[in-house]
Amino acid sequence: MIYQFKGVMKVYNILFLLLLLIPLVGWAKEAIPVAEDPEVEKRMLALTMDLRCLVCQNEPISDSRAEFSNDIRREIREQIKADKSDEEIVQFLVDRYGDFILYNPPMKSTTLLLWFGPIALFVIALGALIVHLRRRRVQVKEIALSPEQLARAEALLNEEKKGKKV
Amino acid sequence: MMRYLIPLFAFMVLAAFLLVGLTLNPRQVPSPLIDKPAPKFRLNQLHEPDRIMSSDDNLGKVWMLNVWASWCVACRDEHPLLVQLAKSGIVPIYGLNYKDERSTALQWLKRYGDPYAISIVDTDGKVGIDYGVYGVPETYVIDKNGIIRHKQIGPVTVESLERTIIPLIKELQQQA
Repeated sequence: MIYQFKGVMKVYNILFLLLLLIPLVGWAKEAIPVAEDPEVEKRMLALTMDLRCLVCQNEPISDSRAEFSNDIRREIREQIKADKSDEEIVQFLVDRYGDFILYNPPMKSTTLLLWFGPIALFVIALGALIVHLRRRRVQVKEIALSPEQLARAEALLNEEKKGKKV
Repeated sequence: MMRYLIPLFAFMVLAAFLLVGLTLNPRQVPSPLIDKPAPKFRLNQLHEPDRIMSSDDNLGKVWMLNVWASWCVACRDEHPLLVQLAKSGIVPIYGLNYKDERSTALQWLKRYGDPYAISIVDTDGKVGIDYGVYGVPETYVIDKNGIIRHKQIGPVTVESLERTIIPLIKELQQQA
């Protein structure tokens, strides 16, 4: 009786384990072609890699699945098909969304600090380091010892050595 | 003394920068369209699909363009204010129904009230791109010459209406 019961359990266990495998099958589907024209897609990707998704601001449009990025990608595809140059497309977007959409900001009077700020900080830090090192060199100037002082120092050191041995 | 004061001073400068940074909103991207002509559009109307509205129809008056959608939760927050503003008759509000479905959009207006003189339909978001829309709701104030004078990103609030939008509209209406 007990044996039989165990057998039933085993069948259920196996069935249960099989059920756990179902998600692994993952109902595969055939991939939908991203775009009819791989050339257009390549150019679009190259362009959108340097464009900021304004909704998810730390993600480029090429990586983002936001609705906004979908729209911009579609717009860029259409413009590429309409034979617009890369510069024209980027300008089109900057006209509407501002320089903020560019990950690579142009050099302008308003972006000077952005471009040269780090260099300026580095120069200031370097200057401070040089000044500091110079001052320290003055502080640790070598002091010349007289022969008597040297002899005393040696005697003291010898004493200490002896003391340690004891 | 100086060796302690210099780091303290440097820290205070840094803290001041960070403090100012806390009050800034990275979502508020200044629009390059301010003081530029409002992008032109010709779109079908929401209520009467076979009628078209053109942006040129509004030349000669100050108007507001409010980008909204029935799927937009924040639009519900600002909507009572828009209804109130429309009732006051200070300024006509036009609605750009952004990437929405006609039937749900109409239902939404029925439920929450319709402040719009005309709502126009931007199904694929093309006009939205022209206006630099990246988050709904957004609201534009456009003057008599068709120039964008103000853009409100995110819901309109009592404060933004009283402090900025209404004074600006009154000022623009004085102009020839």
